[in-house]
Amino acid sequence: MISSSLIPCGQFKTSYAADTTLFLTPASRNWCIFGVVLALAAPLVASNYLLAILIQIGYYGIAALGLNILVGSTGQISLGHAAFFGFGAFASAWLNNSFGVPVLLAIPLAGVMTTALGLLFGIPAGRLKGLYLAIATFASQFILEDFFSRANWFTGGSSGAMAGPINVFGYEVSGDKGFFYVVLFFLVVMYLLGANLLRTRDGRAFVAVRDHYLSAEVMGINLTKYRILSFGISSFYAGVGGALYGHYLGYVSAEGFTILLSIQFLGMIIIGGMGSVMGTLMGTAFMVLLPEATEATVSTIKHVAGDIPALTSALAYIKEAAIGLAIVLFLMFEPDGLVHRWRLIKSYWKLYPFSY
Amino acid sequence: MSVEGIAAPQSRPVLEVRDVSLGFGGVRALTEVSFEVRKGELFSIIGPNGAGKTSMLNCVSGRYKPSSGRVFLKGRDVTGLTPNTRATLGLGRTFQNLALFGHMSVLDNIMVGRHHLLRNNAVSGALYWLTGARREELAHRRKVEDIIDFLEIAHIRKAVAGTLPYGLRKRVELARAMAVEPSIILLDEPMAGMNLEEKEDMARYIVDLNEEWGMTVVMIEHDMGVVMDISHRVMVLEFGRKIAEGLPDEVMANERVKVAYLGIDDDEAAGENAA
Repeated sequence: MISSSLIPCGQFKTSYAADTTLFLTPASRNWCIFGVVLALAAPLVASNYLLAILIQIGYYGIAALGLNILVGSTGQISLGHAAFFGFGAFASAWLNNSFGVPVLLAIPLAGVMTTALGLLFGIPAGRLKGLYLAIATFASQFILEDFFSRANWFTGGSSGAMAGPINVFGYEVSGDKGFFYVVLFFLVVMYLLGANLLRTRDGRAFVAVRDHYLSAEVMGINLTKYRILSFGISSFYAGVGGALYGHYLGYVSAEGFTILLSIQFLGMIIIGGMGSVMGTLMGTAFMVLLPEATEATVSTIKHVAGDIPALTSALAYIKEAAIGLAIVLFLMFEPDGLVHRWRLIKSYWKLYPFSY
Repeated sequence: MSVEGIAAPQSRPVLEVRDVSLGFGGVRALTEVSFEVRKGELFSIIGPNGAGKTSMLNCVSGRYKPSSGRVFLKGRDVTGLTPNTRATLGLGRTFQNLALFGHMSVLDNIMVGRHHLLRNNAVSGALYWLTGARREELAHRRKVEDIIDFLEIAHIRKAVAGTLPYGLRKRVELARAMAVEPSIILLDEPMAGMNLEEKEDMARYIVDLNEEWGMTVVMIEHDMGVVMDISHRVMVLEFGRKIAEGLPDEVMANERVKVAYLGIDDDEAAGENAA
């Protein structure tokens, strides 16, 4: 109880990780609800810059949770998550532009379309493991990237697709403030669904397949079915996250969905904690904030030590190197991710002043 | 046989293995092994290392497909079915080497055993409160708690399975197999690597499982004392062949079994050869 009451609320929005169901204590649940309420109030005080970052954490966080269910819980690797993320963005824009489907409906529908695509790509993937699966999903990344640049009817080809703004009951949601609430809504709902999934039959089956597939099979779990299903669910999350991304930017272009983003998604779940719902959001926040922090650091140095041209011009590289460095350092020193570190901190306070 | 499906399953054994042979390349792991296990029996398979006991169990549970012969579960031919289908038809098993889901809690491990009995899926499970998944999970939790009570593992139900000591893991594995609610349960060396006290406990659980729960049990075990004490019938394998089957005392008295376990005395063998 002591430990949960010491959660520093509002920090990284871990609180609206909304894995309500897995709360160990009423206190931690209450803090989470409080965190969501706090997030609801954020647009009233936060600057547009901060809101933009929060929105980014929101849509990436949704997609990363999907990847975490696939990689962290089911133990299947995927190097093609960004492509599914992109497919969701295009699908939602396409549904809205070509059929006039209201955006709020188009977003989950895009998720469903991406699920179908994920199940399709999951069929061969369901029979592969380890490195072979990594290569197969790598292929799906490039197949889809190629599809994006050629399928003019769907993506607008090289010129990209316009993604319309969101209408709620005839009222157009414009600007970061309005969109923040939309993302927050989807984030809470998707995280709740994810947390529920992981504590019921099929979620347990995923983890069983990961931990010991032979005995999972003897327990009556159809391995191929669950491996493919996991791909489908992961794609659903990617699709919804991507659709939000598209409508937020108002414009979708294939350049955003490269292998680099796929790796970043993997980085998010590695840093956050494999198989952890709450950790996913922590990892996403970390990955989104890291480049911002790098930039802030560089500009502070600029202020203090004067302009160092080499540093300023290398900023783009430094940002990317920082991401790589973070992943490596986490793999070496905290392979269980931020969520594990967080538990250690909590238990430290809980046990203080004794370390046992 | 013409009335199979109605009358036959009642009278037929729970498990029937007919002339099962299994080969890996040039190695013949099993050669035309046949046996039956009747309802309520505690049936043991023994034999020296490499005799094909685990291979036999794998043929029954579906891990291996026999190169010839058939396996019948409750009168139904399951030879071509996958392990997961056999589990839903009422087959539970434990493994020789620990095969728990290491990162899950003991409770979740056992709940996985309920997999084929639960109806909620990825969608209804995610919608937890709206679809009755919650009610279903809780109902099955109650059943799982019965098993936890029976095996006296209540104190570790929230522990992560991978962190438990060996003897307890074996017990959790038995709990998980019981949660499947099988018609027959296959135990692959349930007492291997245990100390005397743990062995006694485990033997007690197996006897209770058989007598109180009415479970049909097939067990592979090396500890002759336990096997001869608790089994109803024993089958002996050597080099993939069945060399004896019967009541424990009969098997113990069998000459071929003695030879298989103790080997032939050099003098005796020489004498035989000379003659």
